[in-house]
Amino acid sequence: MNKIAKLFITFISAIAMALVSFSSSFAKVEGEYIVLGSAISLTGKYSSNGVHTQNGYNLAVDRINSMGGVKVGGKSYKFEIIYYDDESNPKRAAQLAERLIKQDGVHYMLGPYSSGLTKAIAPVTEKYKIPMVEANGASRSLFTKGYKYLFAVLSPANQYLEVAIDLAVEKNGGKPVKIAQAFEQDAFSQDVRLGILDAAKRTGSKIIIDDKLPKELNDMAATLAKVKATKPDVLVVSGHTKGALTAIRQIAEMKVDVPMLAMTHCDAAKLSKQHGKKAEYALCASQWHKNLSYKDKFFGTGKKYDKDFKKEFGYAPPYQSAESSAALLVFKDAFERANSFDRDKVRDALKATEMQTFYGNIKFGPGGQNTAKPMILFQVRCKGDTCENKVVAPTKWASDKFFHPIPPWSERG
Amino acid sequence: MDFLIFQAPMLMVQASLDGILLGILFALIAYGMALQWGVMNIINIAQGDLVILGGYIAYTMYLAGIHPAWGVIVSPIIMYFVGWALYKLVINKVVDRDLFISILATFGIAIVFQQLMNFIFGADVVVAQSEYGTTMLFDNSVTLPNSKIFSAVISLVYAIALVVYMKKSKLGRAIRATAQNARAAKILGVDTEKVYAATFGINAALCGIAGALISITLTLHPYVGLPYTVRSFMIVIVAGLGNLPAVAISGMGLGLFEEFADYILGTEFRIGAVFMLLVFILVYRRFKLSKKREYLK
Repeated sequence: MNKIAKLFITFISAIAMALVSFSSSFAKVEGEYIVLGSAISLTGKYSSNGVHTQNGYNLAVDRINSMGGVKVGGKSYKFEIIYYDDESNPKRAAQLAERLIKQDGVHYMLGPYSSGLTKAIAPVTEKYKIPMVEANGASRSLFTKGYKYLFAVLSPANQYLEVAIDLAVEKNGGKPVKIAQAFEQDAFSQDVRLGILDAAKRTGSKIIIDDKLPKELNDMAATLAKVKATKPDVLVVSGHTKGALTAIRQIAEMKVDVPMLAMTHCDAAKLSKQHGKKAEYALCASQWHKNLSYKDKFFGTGKKYDKDFKKEFGYAPPYQSAESSAALLVFKDAFERANSFDRDKVRDALKATEMQTFYGNIKFGPGGQNTAKPMILFQVRCKGDTCENKVVAPTKWASDKFFHPIPPWSERG
Repeated sequence: MDFLIFQAPMLMVQASLDGILLGILFALIAYGMALQWGVMNIINIAQGDLVILGGYIAYTMYLAGIHPAWGVIVSPIIMYFVGWALYKLVINKVVDRDLFISILATFGIAIVFQQLMNFIFGADVVVAQSEYGTTMLFDNSVTLPNSKIFSAVISLVYAIALVVYMKKSKLGRAIRATAQNARAAKILGVDTEKVYAATFGINAALCGIAGALISITLTLHPYVGLPYTVRSFMIVIVAGLGNLPAVAISGMGLGLFEEFADYILGTEFRIGAVFMLLVFILVYRRFKLSKKREYLK
């Protein structure tokens, strides 16, 4: 090895060591910054929702910082987030959580996107006693493990479509209904399924088709043929966006007539962009809608949030962004009430959270789930070629009447 | 287990037709795989990802306002050059090495393609609309999307065209000669390097057609390539190399098998059933071979 190479290696290792020592001194609070950490899916299969999550976080950080920051002990601090790309991979997410905590010295975490990745990270944050506020992991199993440092601003997955069954029973004159359901085999969708099972039991309804969909789902013809043959009162589908898109495509092509279609991960903009008017009348479960009348002093109302978000990022915020922004509001509130950077004091303050944000009321139950906010259902309604989400349940927030039953395909243009 | 299908004869008809129409499409992908496997002795793990890329080409046309069905002409042309370039960049370095190296190389290509598609087209699920409508049979109890019928017909047309091309054209004869004995073909003046590149290009073009058809019948997503690779692998294993009718029949058989597995075992076991069948066939083939095997001692 010649001299230059040796010099080069010494130089590189010196830089590496400097970086390591620098980053480990990068602790919870650095100067006027409170440093939060988050592993987030910027590449891989969750990358689009990962980006929505990140945009939601960033918007809230900018807003809070520009409106005076977080006041702790009479001093004003600003938020800063260290992001790492978890490649939509749970193993990688867990590694990155370790790295954020051990190398970057982060003491407070924001959640990743999806239940699966939150499940991978939660044991790590729990081990190091790091409070984590997450906005995109709704799986019920996250809240039954007895985690003490996990707080979720969103409603748990089993509540997503329970309302839909109640609605179907109501439309059936209070009598039990026949339910056909198809759920992807992932933590989230299976929890949605458990919610439906509970609702079916409660209302005495019968589940006549109970299909599980594979991860590589792109063909539901068999399930839909069965639906056609058995004529249920309501069809429930949950399989992320691909489930919603596949279902709409094949229901239209196979001319499957069901009086009611309830889904998760459907959104009028997305569905109608791909399918036009074929998506009309679908009922979608949502954590948030801009027309709800919640308010806070940072973002104002949902409508205002919608406008600000559009201005910043050029598209309408999906609920994934809204709930992510709410997570930062929760952190700010907790820091100020704790009036300290002590992790356990912050955790206790988080636990005692009771506040309203533009996204909804937030109060954490014993498992860390948000118990103060109901899920809403909206229905896709189209006028000409433009389709919109119209809130139809619960009645308190409903802006439109629920259209039931869905007209048969022979009468739809 | 669900035996609803045996109680309703119409479901049986529906399942059979769905299965056969899908199977023809699978057979087209499998034929491409059989071709380059036979000629170059390469198992292409990236086959499914080439299919999805072909689909995205049709989808891009659809976004630009062109009817996605034109994808079955444009997509194979573009994909031919993609295949040709892949050969020149990667495959020619592994073509005479052992099978394991080529599997690794194409596996790498598959990952690169998935990430590239994710990067360019995003992780969202997309579909292209053909607006072909639906054919109703038996008083509306059996429905066939016309897009599926279209895709089966186009697959058949291309498959037949390819067979004729392989029989009659100069390149086709050169490809067949190289498949039979590459060394002898070389001695007799066949430019095998060119033949290999063309073969890989033709395979990619077939994937392009299939992809365009999938964009109007099913859904596209950067990460759904693998099931198509597995299906075509399976069809080729059952049918053998270089036997188009057998590939077509085994493709339809697989389509039927999948549909029935879906109805009887449940949708969640659809792909699982394909893998099980694959294991079963491999074991069975080995068993049959071991009976015939002769030893030199």
